[in-house]
Amino acid sequence: MSDHKINPNKWIDLYSDYLFNYTITRVNDRAIAQDLVSDTFLAGLKSMKNFKGEASERTWLVSILKRKVIDHYRKINSNKGKAEVRMSYNADSETEGDWLEERVADPFDKTAEDQIENTELASAIDDCLSKLPKKQAQIFEMKTILNYETETICNELEITASNLWVIIHRARTAMAGCLEKNWF
Amino acid sequence: MFMKKFMISCEESGHICDKAQYKEASIIEKVKFKFHTLMCAVCRQHSKNNTKLTQLIDSIKGNQLSISEKKELKSSFDKELQKHQ
Repeated sequence: MSDHKINPNKWIDLYSDYLFNYTITRVNDRAIAQDLVSDTFLAGLKSMKNFKGEASERTWLVSILKRKVIDHYRKINSNKGKAEVRMSYNADSETEGDWLEERVADPFDKTAEDQIENTELASAIDDCLSKLPKKQAQIFEMKTILNYETETICNELEITASNLWVIIHRARTAMAGCLEKNWF
Repeated sequence: MFMKKFMISCEESGHICDKAQYKEASIIEKVKFKFHTLMCAVCRQHSKNNTKLTQLIDSIKGNQLSISEKKELKSSFDKELQKHQ
């Protein structure tokens, strides 16, 4: 059995994206997801002594996060029971008088399967990104996921535009190769 | 003359294809690229894969932490971390 070490200094860089993605697909609210992830890291810090090294850090943190998500749902559920039932079908005047059926979310828009697939895809992309050389991954992420302008990246990292495109090209090729087996 | 201007290498075609993924290719570049892919099966396939990669990444975009959110998370965590060390 390989012994896993624990090192909280790198937690945010290494796991925050993974944990956030895990949470957002379960609670569907950015602010709540952020709070839960933050809580998880703090709880992990507090109970670091209990880390036995049987699982990887990530697995261990996810198991804490799972508890936090369950707790979150318990909490909002108990609030619901206490509160009086208040339904506002017509929040805005524009749609006043519409039938309730017309306001139901489109069930074909996003199904549970989509959600699961989405989580799997996100972690696959995450894994592939972590296999890239650091510089490539950084630039690819800035350009593709965070939508930075070419110029901004060039200025920040002090590289030329053609340099950037070469790196992007290599990163894209590697990413496509990495994802090819399961996702193309 | 005309033809010579519109003939591009696979290398250049790949470059335009990458640019197009971020909507940064000009119309002339796109025409050159289309013309090239008419003849070149390898670039056609590459362009297909490249577009698919863009779609895959777009489909998970809402699920990422933004840089400012990450910074916020980091600063609050670092405070706690210092107390612990």
